[in-house]
Parts: sequence; C-alpha cells; structure tokens
Amino acid sequence: MDVPIIELSGVVKSFGPVDVLKGVNLTARAGKVTALVGDNGAGKSTLVKGLAGVQPFDAGEIKFAGVPVDLHTPRHASALGIEVVYQDLALCENLDIVQNMFLGREEASGGTLDEGVMERQASQTLQSLSVRTVKSVRQKVSSLSGGQRQTVAIARSVLKNAKVVILDEPTAALGVAQTEQVLSLVRRLAESGVAVIIISHNLVDVFAVADYISVLYLGNMVASLETKDTNNNDVIGYITGAKTYEGISS
Amino acid sequence: MTTSPLTTPQPIGSGFEGSARDQITNYFRNLRNGDVGALPALAGFIVLSILFSFLNNLFLTPLNFANLLTQTATLMMLAMALVFVLLLGEIDLSAGVTSGVTAGVFIVLVKNFDVNWILAVLVAFATGFAIGTFIGFFVARVGIPSFVVTLGLFLGFQGLQLLIIGTGGTIRIETPEISAIMNQNLPVAVGWGFLAAALGIAVAISLWDRARRARAGVANRALILMWARLVLIAVAGALFVALLSTDRAANRGSLNGVLIESDPIVGVPIVVPIAVGLLWIGTFVLDRTRYGRHLYAVGGNPEAARRAGIKVIAIRTSAFMICSTLAVVAGLFDASRIGVVTAASGSQLVLSGVAAAVVGGVSLFGGRGRLIHAAIGALVIAVIANGLGLLGLPAGVNFLVTGAVLILAATVDALSRKRTGAGVIR
Repeated sequence: MDVPIIELSGVVKSFGPVDVLKGVNLTARAGKVTALVGDNGAGKSTLVKGLAGVQPFDAGEIKFAGVPVDLHTPRHASALGIEVVYQDLALCENLDIVQNMFLGREEASGGTLDEGVMERQASQTLQSLSVRTVKSVRQKVSSLSGGQRQTVAIARSVLKNAKVVILDEPTAALGVAQTEQVLSLVRRLAESGVAVIIISHNLVDVFAVADYISVLYLGNMVASLETKDTNNNDVIGYITGAKTYEGISS
Repeated sequence: MTTSPLTTPQPIGSGFEGSARDQITNYFRNLRNGDVGALPALAGFIVLSILFSFLNNLFLTPLNFANLLTQTATLMMLAMALVFVLLLGEIDLSAGVTSGVTAGVFIVLVKNFDVNWILAVLVAFATGFAIGTFIGFFVARVGIPSFVVTLGLFLGFQGLQLLIIGTGGTIRIETPEISAIMNQNLPVAVGWGFLAAALGIAVAISLWDRARRARAGVANRALILMWARLVLIAVAGALFVALLSTDRAANRGSLNGVLIESDPIVGVPIVVPIAVGLLWIGTFVLDRTRYGRHLYAVGGNPEAARRAGIKVIAIRTSAFMICSTLAVVAGLFDASRIGVVTAASGSQLVLSGVAAAVVGGVSLFGGRGRLIHAAIGALVIAVIANGLGLLGLPAGVNFLVTGAVLILAATVDALSRKRTGAGVIR
C-alpha cells in the first residue's frame, strides 16, 4: 500500500493536569476521506488544532508523506499544504467570493490587485468542484446561504493547492439539500487527490462520505476502520465506549 | 435544467457579462437589495440644494458655490480621515483636536520660533503621525477600546492646545502659502488643465483595467457603460469648473453714480485640487492595493483576516496613523479658512466628521464604506449649514436639522444591513 500522506503515531497533548490526547495514531491517505468521530471531549478538536499547528502536540511523531516533520506554527502546516476549514467559517461577509478565496494571498501586478486573474482562478476552482449553486463569483458572502459559504471555504483551501484538507463539522448547521451538496463536494475534493479529514457528529453523513472511520474515545484512538467493514451500531459502540476494538490495526 | 453529474458545469460568471441593459437591470436589483452606497446622501444633497435655491436667491450663485466648497473642505478631510478607522469598526474621537493641536504646533513654530513654513508643516505632519501611532499602540497592542483611548486624548489635547496657544489665545496665520489654500484661486486655464488631466487619467485607468481583465480572460462590462460613466464625470467636472470660472465678486455696483469696480474673483479654489487629489489617492489605496483589501477584511471579520495570515495588529495601528495624519490636513485647511489658530481649534469638528461619514453611507459597524461616501456626506452637512445660514435662521436650527439628518442616515444604514443579511443579530 502507498505511503499515507499524514501519519501520526503516539501523539500526546495535555492541558495542565488534563491529558486530552493519550498516545493517538491517525493516518490519512491522498484521495480518501477519513472521518474522525467521537463524543464531545474525546479530543477531536485538540487533534485538529495540533495538525493545524495552532496548538502543537506535546509528544509523538508526525510523518508527512513518510517524512517526519514539525508542526509548531500554522505557517508550518500551511507550508506543507494542510488546510483547516473551521466550523465557524473564516469568511469576511463584507467581501465577495473572489476576495474571500484570495484573502491574504491576493494576486497583484504593478502594485495593484489583479482582479481579472483572481476572478478567473476562483471561477475555475469552483467549476472544477462542479459547484452549481453559486450564480456569480462577485456575490458578497453576506448574501450566501450556509451551504454556499461552506462551499466557498472549501474552494478556498483547494485554491491553495492543499494536500490535506481538514473539515470541522462541515454539515452541522445545514439543511438536508445543502448537506447533500457539501457531501458531494467533499467526495469530489477527495477524487481530485486531496486527503480529506472530516470531523462529524452525524454518522449518516460519515457513512455517506468516508472511506475510513477513526474513533476517538477519551483521548485514545479506539478504532480505525474501513467504512465498508463496519456498521452504524459498531461505530456508536466505539464512540460511547460500550464496545472495544479487537481487530487488527490498519 | 437537470443536475445530472454528467453535464459539464457552466463557468461561473462575475455579473460583468451581458449587455448594457442587463448590467443596468442588475444594478437596480442590487439597489433594491439594500446595496445603496452613497445614493441616499447624494439624493439628500440634491434635494436640499433645490430647496435652498427656491428659498433664497443667493444660494445658487457662483460666490456661494465657492463658499460652500471651502466650508466643506475641512469637514470632508476629517470625514475621509475617519473612514480609515470607521472601516475597522473603530472610532477616533481625537481626530478633531489632533487637527487643532497640529495646526497649533505649526503656527507656534512659524510665529514664535521663526521656523521655515515648509519645515513647520512637516513637523505638524510628523506630530499627527506620532499621535496616530500612539493611539494605534494602545488600541491594537494593549487592547483598550478606541472610544476610550481617543476620548482620553480628546480631553487631554484640549488642554495641550491651551498650553501651546496660551489661554484664550488666538494666533493669526501669516504664511501666504497656507492662507492661499482656501482664499486664493487657480488661474482659469489651470483649472481647466486640472480637469483635462484628471479625465485623461480616468480614461487611461479605465482602458488599462479592461485590457488587464481581457488578458486574464474574464468578461468586461459593456464598453458603452464605461464611456457613459466617463462622459458623466466629464460633464459634471466641466459644469463645476465653468461655474467657478465666472467672476463671482459680490461688491460690484454704483455708489452715488460712481461705478465701483472690484477685482474679479475667478477660478477654482486651490483647496479643490488638493482635496480631490487626496480623495483619489486614498480611494486608489483602498480599492486597488493589498493593504486596502486587508483593511476591509479586518473590518469585516478580524478572526477570518487573522487566519488568512493578515497582520491584524499592524493593520489596526496603520489605520489610526493614516487617520491622524489626514487630520493634520484638515487642521491646516481650517486654519487657512478661518485665518487664525485658537485654543479651541478643532474641538468642535470631530463629531461633525463622524456624522458626515455616516450620512454618506460609511457603516459604523466596520467593513463598509468608501472615501467618496464621506466626501458626499460632508457636502450634505455643509449645505445644511450654508443654506440655513443664508436664510438667517439661528444656529440652533442648524444643529437640530443636522442631527435629524444623521439619525435618518443611520436608520438607512441599519435597514440596508438587515436587507443584505449582515444586520446585528438580536
């Protein structure tokens, strides 16, 4: 099997006396969707913040495409191509879609912003993700629905040529139709060769979109499964601690 | 249309496609959706102007027009300065007294220390810049609300001004170059020359923009719209210069059968090209540079800006630096028009400046507004004072009307925010 793009082993993180991550292993593969599930307080957010370099891990090994790396600042993560799409979407409502997608790395020529180039690239990126719900790339984000905003946030990470995209509860606040749109967007994102890590509480969504499911329980990775080898009840068992994993670690 | 995954997705447009008619339809649809910009203020200015010209036959004379411009200029500079901090959802209550204190620094250097006027102007600007840096440090780094920091300076600088000028003191401006800003006019030919140059630059930039968009392979708006816009600007500019190129000397007539000839007053006041130039440069920075984009982003959502790698603290600090530095220009304009710097210079100005920006459509919540909005808002505030003054109404009425217009404008702002879905969540 090919080398996973992200491979965490024995990752530890504690806040004072509280051990939040107690030696966690996680792998994510290019072109695959890995779901990270677990109850509140299981350590999902801490794991993601460590991967994003926002809160570095205390100990443990991080391999990126087989090579050990440091992830101590968001800059490290960004340089490697790890992008996080947070639950509270980091978009500016007063700016339009193009401006948001290029925020912080605007194209300029002769000292002035090159709106044409940015507009074309934004449009192409959305097109490559088969986005149909957006009428104009010059719409203000304030006029977009929750699903459209999620789309823009995901497209923003694609535009950065991200190799790993981490989505934090991308469907939490969405209706049925919009959830469907975002999930198919997640599939297309993975098909384009990106390793997607998706955090979700909604197991229906997880089973609809994920290739692998990793379950955190009180700071331990209690199960890492292929979606096709498991079912809803088993995963709920792992999440609640009612069931312990006895299989062979993948 | 089916949404089968087999159909090739359509390219997503920018709204620039389509005929001139589509564009105009789109424009009016955006207006209905609450994206009104400076239109209410512009409408207000026109309505007030028509009203005053019916009520008083002096209102629509070239002399009063030139007066209105010089009355507006100080307020307009201060309102434009404030836009930079208002865009971040911050406020600078000390901008008015900063203009007063720096004008005081200038006049004291020239009068009491015989400093060359150019050097004194530079020191005034450096003082303004330092004040802005000071405010920026306390707001962006220490984390004190800008309202509190600048309220402190507003109080403190009134004292500083007293110390600089001396209690009850009044110092006359005797630097001809500074007096000329508000009291001298450009030769008629130079006025027309400035207009021609401005139009030339506008045409060149418009064409360059289109060429660059075409090179990038994205749609341009219909060409006719560009020319229509430029022709509109040209006609308005020509009317403006033509009006100011007629003799507006007032005291002409005969006394006991002897014809009294006064020197003709013609030409565009010198302050106009300065103010228009600063407006243009500021707009260029806000609309077309990374810095401007980042300023709007920090104003819209500081957390998103931070995550996008924008140095939020530096942007915040810089906005206060720009605001205080532009306030120096307002201070010099004020000194030039009134002819003196007093211990109270500038202290009355700042709230009118905020009012002008808000009336023009700059949002106090941050992230929305342009310099031209502040300029138009300043015209509205100034035309109220000018018109009511001509009617001989007491100053109390002026304040009442200005206050009412401000509340009206803030209501329009709040309602349009609701329409665009960006309103305050209650």
